[in-house]
Amino acid sequence: MSNMLEVADLGHTYGDHEAIGGLTFTVRAGELVCVVGPSGCGKSTLLRTISGLVAPSRGDVSLNGSHLAVVFQDYSRSLFPWLSVQGNVEFPLRSLPRAERRARAAEALEWVGLSGAARKRPWQLSGGMQQRVAIARALAYRPALLLMDEPFASVDAQTRFELEDLLLRVRREHDTTVLVVTHDIDESVYLGDRILVLSGSPARLVADLEVPLPAERDQVTTRTDEGFVALRSKVARLLNVGKPALDVEKWAAAERESLSETVSS
Amino acid sequence: MRAFTRGLLGIAGFLVLWELLGRSPLLPADALPPPSVVFGELVTQLTSPEFISHVVATVLALLIAIVIAIAIAVPSGLVLGSIPAVRHATRAVIEFLRPIPSVALIPLALVMLGFGPETKITLAVYAALWPILFNTIYALDELDPLLVDTARVFGTGRLGVLFLVALPSALPFVLTGIRLAATTALIVMVSVELMAGSQIGLGYFIMEARSGPGRMDQVLVGTVVAGAIGVLLNNGLERVRRRWVAW
Ligand SMILES: Nc1ncnc2c1ncn2[C@@H]1O[C@H](COP(=O)(O)OP(=O)(O)OP(=O)(O)O)[C@@H](O)[C@H]1O
Ligand SMILES: [Mg+2]
Repeated sequence: MSNMLEVADLGHTYGDHEAIGGLTFTVRAGELVCVVGPSGCGKSTLLRTISGLVAPSRGDVSLNGSHLAVVFQDYSRSLFPWLSVQGNVEFPLRSLPRAERRARAAEALEWVGLSGAARKRPWQLSGGMQQRVAIARALAYRPALLLMDEPFASVDAQTRFELEDLLLRVRREHDTTVLVVTHDIDESVYLGDRILVLSGSPARLVADLEVPLPAERDQVTTRTDEGFVALRSKVARLLNVGKPALDVEKWAAAERESLSETVSS
Repeated sequence: MRAFTRGLLGIAGFLVLWELLGRSPLLPADALPPPSVVFGELVTQLTSPEFISHVVATVLALLIAIVIAIAIAVPSGLVLGSIPAVRHATRAVIEFLRPIPSVALIPLALVMLGFGPETKITLAVYAALWPILFNTIYALDELDPLLVDTARVFGTGRLGVLFLVALPSALPFVLTGIRLAATTALIVMVSVELMAGSQIGLGYFIMEARSGPGRMDQVLVGTVVAGAIGVLLNNGLERVRRRWVAW
């Protein structure tokens, strides 16, 4: 499999604050890679340097493809309020002929189940729907690489599950390469083919873990799978280096219990 | 609906007060004709081609002034708002020019431009520039950087960001600026017509009615019509804003 993204010794310093300290990793074509790390460790900075919004202080980013798309964490602020939902999705496609633009926007809105909302304004939609518009816009662009910064952090649990499954479905159907930043350990295991675990500030790579789960995932069965639970504990332990207070295994068992309760009720 | 009813009550109360004051012996006779007289005269004047031509002259000059002010202030605001170096370089000049009352520039404008409509249009433009300019600059300061980042990620260049992101996002503020500017321009327009320049226009009509036959009822007709133009402009622009920039 060819590499879609190669990041070599990437570092970034704001003033005298070192946000990222020499990261090296690759993302293969068609892969979904999750990045987890403690709050404020430099995850957003990493995405900003990969997307070219910020020039890194050192190191190289090379993308094996023409363009990438970003879904920002603050999705409601990233939608243009003066454009309709359709206008927003068509925004990256301005260079295309009108008919093709229309067709691709309609297609992307169908993927995320928002065909009916094409004429609405973003601010007339719920938070989860706005996030789906942002995802549709990114997908319509057909990026070589899709970057997502804590994409489901500010929606309710139900919507979050739906959006996670939506992401898994569209990326399987369209063979999109995705890099997702999340602070949620469960989410990283549920979504990822691989997980990159970062250390606290400055961000360094602590572990690069394969996720030993089948490609087909299910919110109920996957989350109770042995492999899922084991990996979740491992990631949690890696993120809690030097903080032994938390008994990860016990916490995982409690979580499993509360989940099966939710499911049976 | 309640607000509307209250508004009507307020107007009715104002008219009654005006009627009483106009008929009271406290004021010299005919100094303040009551509304019953003024509105009778208004109906007469509205059918007079001469009066209509005065109104048209003022409204036309006003619209021209507003369009010119927009054409100057919006692009300048975009430049000043997006290039800090230009903004700093021009700050002192702008801080000096802005507080000058347009009316104080009348003698200068008369000497430079003569007695034609150019004078009143120029002065109205001068007055109308500032609210539009400052609102445009303010709007760019308020531009959400995440919208700019979004556009840049999708391959939008500097000019694209200016026209596809900065300008539309500034539009609500710019429209508010235009609404304020329109009212200011109307005041300056009528003042210049009153004081000098121009052989036509509402201000000229008011002046003539007073200094010639001393017809205070006609003076008030001119005043009422000027006020009505202001209200129409203000409400019209507010309606445009609500209809087209409802975010
Ligand atoms: N523009 C900036 N200028 C200066 N410092 C910054 C800037 N952006 C981020 N930082 C600092 O760099 C560090 C990393 O920030 P970043 O936003 O990348 O972290 P993060 O991992 O995304 O955090 P979070 O989990 O809260 O989203 C933080 O300490 C932050 O204060
Ligand atoms: Mg972040």
